[in-house]
Amino acid sequence: MTVLLSALTVLGPSGTMVEPIDAEIAPGATLALIGESGSGKTLTAKSIVGLLPRGFRATGAVSVAGQDLPVTRAGDDAAWRRARGRSVSLLLQDPFTSLTPVHRCGDQIAWTIEAAQGRRLTRGARRKAVEERLAEVNLPARVADAFPHELSGGMRQRVAIAAALASDPQLLIADEPTTALDASNQAEILDLLRRIQLERRLSVILISHDLGVVRGRTDQVLVMRDGKVVERGATAAVLAAPEHPYTRALIEADPVVAARTGARIAEESADGSAEVEALLVCERVTKAFGARTVLDAVDLSIAPGAIVGIVGESGSGKSTLARCIAGLEREDAGSIVLGGAALAAGRASRTPGQMQIVFQDPYSSLNPMMSIGAILAEALGVAGREASEVPTMLEMVGLPAEFARKRPAELSGGQRQRVAIARALAPEPRLLICDESVSALDVSVQADILALLARLRDELGIAILFISHDLAVVRMIADTVTVMWDGRVVEAGPCHEVLEHPAHEYTRLLVAAAMRENAVPADGKD
Amino acid sequence: MSIADTRARASRLRPLGRMVAVRVLGVLGVLFVLSILVFAMMYLAPGDIVKNLLGNRPTNPDVIAAVREQYRLDDPVVIQYLSWLKGFVTGDLGMSIRLQQPVADAIGDRVGITLALCLLAFVVAVISAVPLGVRSAVKAGGWVDRTGNAMSILGLSAPTFAVGLLLLYVFAYYLPIFPVYGGGDGGVDTLRHLVLPAVTLALGLGAIIVKLTRTAMLRELESDYVTFARSRGLGERLVRRIALRNAAIPIVTGASLVLTFLVGGTVLAETTYALPGLGTLLQDSVLFKDIAVVQSLTLLVAVVIAAIALIADLTYILLDPRVRRQMGAAS
Repeated sequence: MTVLLSALTVLGPSGTMVEPIDAEIAPGATLALIGESGSGKTLTAKSIVGLLPRGFRATGAVSVAGQDLPVTRAGDDAAWRRARGRSVSLLLQDPFTSLTPVHRCGDQIAWTIEAAQGRRLTRGARRKAVEERLAEVNLPARVADAFPHELSGGMRQRVAIAAALASDPQLLIADEPTTALDASNQAEILDLLRRIQLERRLSVILISHDLGVVRGRTDQVLVMRDGKVVERGATAAVLAAPEHPYTRALIEADPVVAARTGARIAEESADGSAEVEALLVCERVTKAFGARTVLDAVDLSIAPGAIVGIVGESGSGKSTLARCIAGLEREDAGSIVLGGAALAAGRASRTPGQMQIVFQDPYSSLNPMMSIGAILAEALGVAGREASEVPTMLEMVGLPAEFARKRPAELSGGQRQRVAIARALAPEPRLLICDESVSALDVSVQADILALLARLRDELGIAILFISHDLAVVRMIADTVTVMWDGRVVEAGPCHEVLEHPAHEYTRLLVAAAMRENAVPADGKD
Repeated sequence: MSIADTRARASRLRPLGRMVAVRVLGVLGVLFVLSILVFAMMYLAPGDIVKNLLGNRPTNPDVIAAVREQYRLDDPVVIQYLSWLKGFVTGDLGMSIRLQQPVADAIGDRVGITLALCLLAFVVAVISAVPLGVRSAVKAGGWVDRTGNAMSILGLSAPTFAVGLLLLYVFAYYLPIFPVYGGGDGGVDTLRHLVLPAVTLALGLGAIIVKLTRTAMLRELESDYVTFARSRGLGERLVRRIALRNAAIPIVTGASLVLTFLVGGTVLAETTYALPGLGTLLQDSVLFKDIAVVQSLTLLVAVVIAAIALIADLTYILLDPRVRRQMGAAS
């Protein structure tokens, strides 16, 4: 029942994408593949199910329980038909896109069962089989009749797990299975996978960029970088004593590790020492979309030069609050005061010099048709500054002046986010709002951007409102943190206090998620 | 699956009914405005209004008085409009001066063949274009894709009358298997007569549907759920069916928009093949300044286009459970 990868290699149009990988996974064991984007971990996964993109092919061999998979025949669906599902299944990252939106969840699970058995089931048998699979992932039978959009992200990912396992494969490849989920769902899904794996003696390849996910849940780990395995070994040993400098850097950049050691990127600004007048004060800001209240009398205060974090999961209202402050949404009630002057709702009452916002996705927030120089020149122009300051702006965010001639498509995610920050700084705002600005980035890049934000705060004296779903990230940079849940502020205070003594139940959940606690045996560090 | 969801599902039909009602009211509003414009045609047509309404009939004071009476030309404009609208709503569309018969009869005689033509053209276009579009997307860059692409460029760029004339020429001289003139004697014979005009119309319509289907399918085949389905061992036919079901949403919306293309196309196709349908009726009436007929046909076309748009919206709701859910949430 063992899974063997022998010299598995992925070749792309421009040469070798993944250098030969050898690995052995026992039944019930988990192999972790960790690395950042571009490391080749997803290509490796796709090569094992024969779903490499056009122009890519694999060499080497993969055997599952003594049976060879046709890995060298990517795209040959006839050859793969018997292997996919029955020997190996692939679970994808995003449960919002991996299920078809117009089919009921029960049908999607039933398809896998029927494909594996090679025959159609009667209605009754089909229903019974689907309900058994749903029960295995702790979902009630009625989910079978639901469409994916009627379920929460965590429930969708359970349906996807049920669908992936309905063919009883011997190897499951889980590609970032919790990255798209809220912190409170992540641990649940990982623990569910672990339980099923042990019950079924299933071999698992768990792909992640997140060391917190890998720690305590996997047996072996391969650290990949640029298509090469740079380090391998037992997970606990590698994480405790990494040999390769890249592994060490990854661990250092990991917010979870930082959360446990208390390491910070930004200096904590003197805390309540002087009675400075707040730069921004929000009082009882309320906003409803239709019948749904998204913001329920939210208070927030930001001192000049402070970094204030807001944590909460999707739907908690954190982004809506940011958008109300920036004037992109109109609050229904409450007041927003900046530097002593009340701001009316909406964009018309804002000037670019008051506040700027940096969004999550640097791929869509920059116009792909414009050069970086033109993007920055435009923002400078709006602020009445000269285009000749473009090199200064680039230098300020740590990019060389030559980047002015490039277009967004030529830049990496981190470089694009630096450009987005430079653009936001062009009108010299007093407040910079970062709405999940580092969430789409790799951990090491994330750490760089956080360091950049901390440096900008120190040099320019601007205040930063830093919004994230991950408390571990927020605590690396923010002075104070506000925890939001269901449109309300449930807790607020200095970062270390909230982390060490969470008062609200939801905050305790977030802290546990930030430390990835339930997976980790106590190791005396915290 | 919260309680709210269950409630939303239970009350799903209510907002649906309300949405239909709102849309129908909106359509009625548009038609009302349009009817004013159509009514104004009488006055906007150059020349004396009585003369225009009389056409080439010999005039004498009695005839003029009769026309003034029929159109209430001596009443205020509002009364004229209302009486005209009342006639229109109750089916009294006035008299055709060219045909010397009630407009309702003139239209009634011809509407069948035009409807049959449009329906046939649409069916031919859909059953040939959708599979071709799917095939083109599945084997993108293959010979089916390239041939289909060349054909749809041809279909899109060739004007309907040119295609009509070409087919006419080929089937009249070289391959006389389909009749090229007239509407036939009803039943199967009429169907045979409709084949060439329908193909003429279907070529342009089909070209757009091929493009729509190909683009929509390509996008769906790239999506995560297709990768996930394949990785679970689902057969390629099932995977394609799932993708097509998702692609159906943009295809249906797009196809119903181009359906209106048929309305203009029938005039050309019917003229080319001398079919006694509404298209030829409209053309002749415009040339003859047969105002009553032109007014009626214009409004009829407007009603048809509004109905198509409404049906397209309803189909969209039927195809996409997410839209149904949103409507439930809005209640």
